Parts: sequence; C-alpha cells; structure tokens
Amino acid sequence: MLKDITLGQYFPGDTVVHRLDPRTKILVVVFYIVAIFSAKGWPGYALSVLALAGCVAVSKIRPKSLFKGLKPMILILTLTAALNLFYTQGRPILPGWIITWEGIARAVKMVLRIMLLVTSTFLLTYTTSPMALTDGLELLLGPLKKLHFPVHETTIMMSMALRFIPTLIEETDRIMSAQRARGADFESGGLVKRAKALIPILVPLIVSAVNRAYDLATAMESRCYHGGEGRTRMKQLRFQTADFAALGLGAVFLALVLILRKLGL
Amino acid sequence: MDGIIQFEKVHYKYPEDERESLRGLDLSIREGSFTAVLGRNGSGKSTLAKHMNAILTPTEGRVLVGGVDTADESKLLDVRRQVGMVFQNPDNQIVANVVEDDVAFAPENLGVEPGEIRRRVDAALKQVGMYEHRLHAPHLLSGGQKQRVAIAGVIAMEPRIIVLDEPTAMLDPQGRREVLSTVLRLRREKGMTVVWITHHMDECIHADRLLIMDQGQIAEDGTPAEIFSRVERMKELGLDVPETTGLLYELRQEGLDLPLDALETEACAEAIAQLLR
Repeated sequence: MLKDITLGQYFPGDTVVHRLDPRTKILVVVFYIVAIFSAKGWPGYALSVLALAGCVAVSKIRPKSLFKGLKPMILILTLTAALNLFYTQGRPILPGWIITWEGIARAVKMVLRIMLLVTSTFLLTYTTSPMALTDGLELLLGPLKKLHFPVHETTIMMSMALRFIPTLIEETDRIMSAQRARGADFESGGLVKRAKALIPILVPLIVSAVNRAYDLATAMESRCYHGGEGRTRMKQLRFQTADFAALGLGAVFLALVLILRKLGL
Repeated sequence: MDGIIQFEKVHYKYPEDERESLRGLDLSIREGSFTAVLGRNGSGKSTLAKHMNAILTPTEGRVLVGGVDTADESKLLDVRRQVGMVFQNPDNQIVANVVEDDVAFAPENLGVEPGEIRRRVDAALKQVGMYEHRLHAPHLLSGGQKQRVAIAGVIAMEPRIIVLDEPTAMLDPQGRREVLSTVLRLRREKGMTVVWITHHMDECIHADRLLIMDQGQIAEDGTPAEIFSRVERMKELGLDVPETTGLLYELRQEGLDLPLDALETEACAEAIAQLLR
C-alpha cells in the first residue's frame, strides 16, 4: 500500500527529456513556473497547458501516473476552488446568487495553475534520476557558495533522503506487518483513533532511522567522505545541442506568455 | 617484523561505558594475510575493526596502518584509503540510487579524475561480479548482491587492506557463500590483506590466522586448525566449533582415533573414511 508514494520517484527511460542535462530541466521548470504565475488571460493558460502536454508527450510518461501525483492535492484544490468561487466580487450567475462569473473564471484558473505547477515538477522528478537532480542543483546553486550558503551539504542531504525513501518505506511495511501480527488495527475507527494507531509505527521507525543515520555516517567516513571540498564526479554534466534547444524553447515560451500578459490576454 | 596493521597496547573505552572495550591489545597483521576474528557479542570485535581505519582512535596506546599513526588527523584520508571497510547492514552503507554511482562514491571523495573513476568503477564491479547490474537500483538487489556492491564500493578506492565487520550476519546462506567467495577471490587475484570479523565458525576455516576476542583482549591466536581443535577452550570462551570439528570431537570422546584439525568437509570425511578402512 505504501508503494504508491510517488514523491521523488523516477521512471527510467530513454527519451530526449530523460537525456537532457538536469540543469536544463531545472531551469526550464523554473521558467515554466514563472510563466504560469504570470499568465493572466485564457490564451496564456491555454499556451501553458499545451506546452506541458507537449513535454509530457515527448517524455513518454503516462499521463495517468502524473494524475496520480495530483491525488494528495485534491483537498487543496477543492479549497482553492471554493474560496475563489465564493469570495470573488462580480456579476452573479443568477440574480441574488453569491457565485459570480468572475469567481468561476478565477477558480478554474487558480486550480489550473496549481495543477500545472505540481504536474510540471512531477515531470521533472519522473524523468530525472535523484542523483542527477541533486548534482544539477548543486552546480546551479554553486554561485551561492560565495555567500557561504552550504550548497554541497544541502544537496548531499537531499540525495541521501531520496536514497533512503525506498528503504524506509520497506521498513514501515515491515513494522506495520509486525504490529498487525500483534493485533494492531490501522483501518477502523475515527481520525483520532487512527492517528493514535500510528504511534507504534512511528516510534520504531524513527529509532531505526536514527540508527541507520549513524551507520551511514560511519560508512561514508570510511569511504573517505570529507565534505564537498576537492570532490570530483564520475559523470560530468555537459550541455548538449538538445539542452540549448530546450532552454531556447523554454525562453521563447516564457516570452510569449509575458507578451500575452502585456496585451492583457 | 612490522605488520601492515600494528596495534600497540591499545585501550579503548566508549565515553558512555564504564568498562573498557579494548584492554591493552597488541596485534600485528601481516600484509597479504587472511585473518579471521571470532568472538561473542560485546567481546570488542567491532571496536577492533573501527580502529583499523581511524573511525575510532585509541584512548591509550596507538594503531599504525602502513606505518601511519591513526591518531594523526592530517593523515586521516591516507589511512582510510588504504583500509576499505565493509559493514554488517548493506542497506546502511549504500549511498546512491544507482549501483555504479555508489561504487564511484569513494573515488569521487578522493578527487580522482573522472575517466579514472569510470575505469575503477567498471573494474571493481567486474571483480565482484556485479557489472551487469551497474545500472540497477540497489534496494532491488538481494542481500548478497548488495553486500558485493558494498565491497566494490570499497575496492574502487584501491585499498591494500579490506576489513569486513560481520559482512554476512544479515544474509541468507546463498548470500553468505557469494560474499565469502568474492572476498577469497579478491585476495587470490589482488593479494589483498583481509580481516574478516564474523561469528560463523565455518567462515573462518579459509583464513590463515584466527584470532579469538574475549573481553577486549585477544584470547587465542593461531591457525584455525590449531584453535578449533581445542574444543574445550572454545566452549569456555562461549564459542562453538565448526560442525566438522564438532563431529570429530564427539567421535574422539567415544574413543575413536581421529585428528581434530580436519576442518573442510572433504578432509573430515576423508579422515573418517580412513579410520573405517
């Protein structure tokens, strides 16, 4: 049951999108996020949806798995929709109604915006291995080292966290089975009862995670880990023609959305 | 003659403990040897191992690795790159989501140039027989395979010594065989010095030296055949003997004239067959 957690999951593949430099993909996603927050009118949104759909098609990621990533967002989406629906001033759809035409338009746009935001970042993590992602991030954030921001430390923590997600999920499954075997019940009862039932899972899980962290630190030190200084990489990241093309397309897309915004569309 | 690893009157006490874990231990490990270390839980086996690559440094006495004092912090990396360390739980020592990236971790830390890292990673993976799995995710491998990846991750540093701290404790018999035969092959082909810490008696019979740890000291030191043939002494130390020795011992108690140093199954069968003839 815990196997469906999609956070930080990577679907290996061999498409253009998979092969792009992680730095390119991160930058393009940043462009995209700026674009969807700049989009004002329907043409801008339509363009954004089309652009993302295009990327998804090229990446050969099944749209179904992207929608699965949206599931946990349902509550936020509903709340956003409801707030915008009821609290936007304008022309009521029927005389005396609180719901306005403007409200409907805004609700749809806001929901669309969040969906695009989530889906585009999911597309990034689905098509980029966590290692490549953190490597790309480390290089992109490189300039921040000048400001004494611990770039290497942050990214290595991220990659360790991602590395241990499957291990900890397995562990959780094991602990749950063990507690079930002793008669624990995780499915019935109200919210409070179910939350309480999680304690016997969380305590051993945290204890074991701390022990793992100790072991991991010893193992890393044994393999001569001593921070980011003087570290080299086996896989050098290099921009290819496809990367420049992707960055160009991303920039053109962002420019188009900004022009549409200027035109009030 | 000085060994590649040299313990001189080493004492060690964990800050949170009352009792010392190592109590004045002297030990010299010869280059190219295969030393097995046995001992019950809490006898100081793991503490001993952690002194070999400066994860722990003695509270008293000193440890020399290739002539370098492990307490010298400026030489820390020199010590650690000479001594590869493999731990019990394979899951907790694999750092990357892809096998080859994990093996590359140590050479990357050492600042080795990228082309050379690639060469070392491929060579290390071939040596442990995991080259075909280089693009797999480690958490999908079997225990024995994970442990072989961990060994590859260590030999990619090109160490002179490999220390394995109960590497088979969490593995099934199949995985145990895989790991042991990998290490035996490495030693044969690369002449590596091996320190193998375990509590499985039958894994010690391949060693050319066996140490028994008890209460932070070396209680017995000799060849496996010598030590295992002292069955009463082993029992006194809270340890078992390999099944072959156990069988021969029982038969001797019954008055049969059998040697106790036939450790391998074939040798043991041969000894009994000879008596029957």
